[in-house]
Amino acid sequence: MPSWIPGAFRPLIATAVLAGIVLTPAILTVLLWGGDFTDALFLVFAVTMLVSALAVVTMRDIIRCGLAMIVCFGALAGIYLLAGATLVAAAQVVVYIGAISVLILFAIMLTETKAAPSRLVFQTQAGPAGVAAVVLAIVIAITVTATDWGELGERLHTATDTLARLLFADYVLPFEIVGVLLLAAVIGGVFIAKRERGESL
Amino acid sequence: MIANSLDAYLILSGLLFAIGTFGFLARRNAISMLMSIELMLNAVNLAIVAFGAFVAGLAENGSVIAIMVIAVAAAEATVGLAIVIAIFRNRRTPLVDEYDAMRR
Repeated sequence: MPSWIPGAFRPLIATAVLAGIVLTPAILTVLLWGGDFTDALFLVFAVTMLVSALAVVTMRDIIRCGLAMIVCFGALAGIYLLAGATLVAAAQVVVYIGAISVLILFAIMLTETKAAPSRLVFQTQAGPAGVAAVVLAIVIAITVTATDWGELGERLHTATDTLARLLFADYVLPFEIVGVLLLAAVIGGVFIAKRERGESL
Repeated sequence: MIANSLDAYLILSGLLFAIGTFGFLARRNAISMLMSIELMLNAVNLAIVAFGAFVAGLAENGSVIAIMVIAVAAAEATVGLAIVIAIFRNRRTPLVDEYDAMRR
């Protein structure tokens, strides 16, 4: 942000710019191509998610990266809702925003010193990595649009009680195995990260 | 229109996956790399949910798989961050290119 803008206005201007980035595609779609409210909502969530994901991988201050990741997960939960998967959206909020983000923020605060100088944020291979990522995105986009997905239904709404019946009847063995895996991960995590006697972090 | 086509969800998922790939390859900080892995897992999850929503034969199965993936991702984050903290305790740095004990 240019230096002639007074400091007090900067958060305001940044908010306005972000809101413009997020809302413009949605408003344009509704006005120009006759999209409905769901399309506008989808675009708002999609743009929020992509912008915050870019912030996660490019920002210098790693705490802000973690906070941008929370925004990204929240927007993704919104997209799950639009896709009709309500229980997955709830699990996304509870597990990702509630647990994994907090875990990552704790790990950041345990390990992080001050924000690194900007040339130290990226590896030397950042340029080729960017090219590889762009190529990957283009290849995926071409593959998706070129593939014939066969018989596609209308967007389904996943009923939670059907899902629960399925989870506790047909999928009960994977469900239990995932439970055991989580227990093993918790015990393993505590064992790996625990301090030896007399050792300081 | 847009929110009702499988392609839109899949392209969005592909973009998120590419962003995660870039972060994983380009960042120096181990925790940043873990965050990028979470982004990629979320992208795959979005693709699974989208297929569950649009392919009639999948229906609820997509949501079940997505919930399993979320649980496994939680386990992965626990162990991954524990490993990062254990390495940090020995090497005093979160930067992966300084973890060169096996290269020297």
